[in-house]
Amino acid sequence: MRADSILFPTEAGLFCPEGGFHIDPLKPVERALITHGHSDHARFGHGAVMATAETLEIMRLRMGDGFAGATQVADGEMRIGGVTVGFHPAGHVLGSSQIAVEAGGRRIVVSGDYARQPNPTCAPFQPVPCDVFVTEATFGLPVFRFPDPTTQVVKLLSSMAEFPDRPHLIGAYALGKAQHVIALMREAGYDAPIAIHGALKVLCDFYAARGVELGELVPATAEDVAAQLVIAPPSAFASPWVQRFRDPVIGFASGWMAVRARARQRGVELPLVISDHVDWPALTGTLAELAPSEVWVTHGAEDGVIRWCELAQIPARPLRLVGYEDEAE
Amino acid sequence: MKAFAALLERLAFTPARNAKLQLLQHYLERTPDPDRGWALAALTGDLELRRVTPSLLRGLAAERVDGELLALSYDFVGDLAETIALLWPEGAEDDPSLSQAVALLQGTGKAALPGAIAGMLDRLGPSERLAFLKLATGNLRIGVSARMARTALAGMGVPSVPEIEEIWHGLAPPYAPLFGWLGGGARPESAALAPFRPVMLSTPTDLDELRALDPGDYLAEWKWDGIRVQAVSEGGMRRLYSRTGEDISHAFPDVIEAMDFDGTADGELIVRREGEVAPFGDLQKRLNRKTVGKGLLASHPAGLRLYDLLLWDGRDLRAEPLGARRTVLEAVDFGPRIDISPLLDFATWEDLAALRAEPPAAVIEGVMIKRRDSAYVAGRPRGPWFKWKRDPMVVDAVLIYAQRGHGKRSGFHSDFTFGLWDGGELVPVGKAYFGFTDAELRELDRFVRQNTVERYGPVRALAPKLVVEVAFEGLNRSTRHRSGVAMRFPRISRIRWDKPAAEADRLETLEAML
Repeated sequence: MRADSILFPTEAGLFCPEGGFHIDPLKPVERALITHGHSDHARFGHGAVMATAETLEIMRLRMGDGFAGATQVADGEMRIGGVTVGFHPAGHVLGSSQIAVEAGGRRIVVSGDYARQPNPTCAPFQPVPCDVFVTEATFGLPVFRFPDPTTQVVKLLSSMAEFPDRPHLIGAYALGKAQHVIALMREAGYDAPIAIHGALKVLCDFYAARGVELGELVPATAEDVAAQLVIAPPSAFASPWVQRFRDPVIGFASGWMAVRARARQRGVELPLVISDHVDWPALTGTLAELAPSEVWVTHGAEDGVIRWCELAQIPARPLRLVGYEDEAE
Repeated sequence: MKAFAALLERLAFTPARNAKLQLLQHYLERTPDPDRGWALAALTGDLELRRVTPSLLRGLAAERVDGELLALSYDFVGDLAETIALLWPEGAEDDPSLSQAVALLQGTGKAALPGAIAGMLDRLGPSERLAFLKLATGNLRIGVSARMARTALAGMGVPSVPEIEEIWHGLAPPYAPLFGWLGGGARPESAALAPFRPVMLSTPTDLDELRALDPGDYLAEWKWDGIRVQAVSEGGMRRLYSRTGEDISHAFPDVIEAMDFDGTADGELIVRREGEVAPFGDLQKRLNRKTVGKGLLASHPAGLRLYDLLLWDGRDLRAEPLGARRTVLEAVDFGPRIDISPLLDFATWEDLAALRAEPPAAVIEGVMIKRRDSAYVAGRPRGPWFKWKRDPMVVDAVLIYAQRGHGKRSGFHSDFTFGLWDGGELVPVGKAYFGFTDAELRELDRFVRQNTVERYGPVRALAPKLVVEVAFEGLNRSTRHRSGVAMRFPRISRIRWDKPAAEADRLETLEAML
């Protein structure tokens, strides 16, 4: 059986006719397998959803009890219709998985979004041998080579020491990045209370309940915020919420911060290069390690990844799925 | 190199002056000689290095990265030095010093340069590679003026900014004697010929304050709308300095040629045609030029209008009273390009107010009032010298765009573009960032949020509803502005919540003020 008849792109996303399901569908479908809880991958209104227990809980927390008609926790190898599926950690955010789909002796691994750097908030990426590897390409250019995140924590801590009277407001996406930044600070020995914007509370509580060490978190919604470090979703910086802070140092934690023009567009004073995606060496290293007979590229800088595959003599093609936000990080 | 790269990165993203100063001062305090001296020179643009061309860099990158990947990367990053810094293969990092990098760029011949640059890049991490490449391409663009650097230096030790300025022009990178002095050592001897001497500045005043003073104790003269300069001619060396000590001689060869005296004079740099002082815009055409052509020298002849002498014929006059300095000044014939700012005849402050209200020329900004017995002291002491500016010009304009500010104004829309009516259309005529109180800023921000009709990235287009009174100090013709005029020093002097937008001023009103 040809790989592209097991799984192929449709308007609603990657579709597996033998199993009757979509993976990370962009529109409401009958049956969906979800790699992780980010809103562009985990949407509202599917008939049935299969995902890891963490991802299902994250979807419920973000969208309410009725986010899907029915849910099923992914557990081990499962038979769905004519195919076998398996969920394997992707190292991106809590609960994130690659989804392996096997039929007729061929295995396709859809990696969703993934990262190879150690991340204290989720299980590490597990390489799964496969015939076709479906990769993201968010940072699919050789200019993206992320530093060890501890260097970025040092950068933040030294700025807080340099400007002890200025609150440090760090923008970080609510699911994954916010908790990653907090956990990195705790790993570095920072034990003062950290203030979090209201929009982060539910997910931080969930991470903490799952055993991720986030330390003491206080609300950043009070008139007088009793913490020098404040974590908030990026959208909060355009709202009047930010006006309560006197002369803040505004930072942003994202892989995009590696490029100055991007950091400048954001208007940040303290760019922190902390990413939950693979950078170029990790992406190309993963492709070299797995040595699949074919690579499919979902979203991001496909051209760069496809050129690399061409040089490495691995057949590769873009899937051109529309709807995943390559900006979101 | 790591500390220097970290400083550059931090400065590049820090908009606020005070925060920049603090970062700079701490770097200079914590970094050993001679690295800190080289860093200082690099930041202020005083470092002469061999310039590395983009084509050399492209060649180096092409040997290490696939051409297509390089093109895709450059397309995304938008800056060649940064692209190469980011994708250069990791080598064995060993943190060479800034001094080593400077020595390489100063001492390597053309043929050996590509190899030497590549060898250095192999030894650096990504952030240091970018710092090194920016240094090599002479393209630091960090926004640190020499003035800011001297302020940071003054924060490090006892010597004040004026004291540092006094010896600045005799110094060369990496400034070991300067740092020795700041650390408590001996003051470096001023080695430069025709050095800059720190200038004396005035404070603003008004009629209420003046009424408490005896007019008989003061001299008054016009305040000219030019550039305050110090003209120094000593031992055959002639230099023209801005009031912050920047050497601007190269842009004014006509003035330099006319400085046929031995001394240090304080005065106004102006463009003068047939005895009349030309508008500030004419002078602006002569500023910030590396060289100046014959045509411009003829069409925009520059000159000086002097009002004080600091040194004359080898004698330091600064401790003497202004009256005595003025007597020396008035006895000199400087030739046609240089004249003396005349004293105004007044007996009472009301007399002076009347002169100020009706100046004989449009290029007069107000009056200067100086105590007859004042010594020439550096800095801005309150009392001996006053500036009493003409009331600003004002127009009622409509707010049309807003953008968020930085630093303590984060989250507030504090950068405004305003327009005047031209037919049924509002034409943008300028931008204002200040003039309002913190309370007014909150109200303006609320107005912006409630009246946004469109967004272009960070810029919000506003419903044309709110009228603001904009005060400004002068007006020039401008080809760069759609309205054809450019305001000097515009600020929001009043918010006219009461005034309907249709009653704001028309572009013709502004043009009539030219």
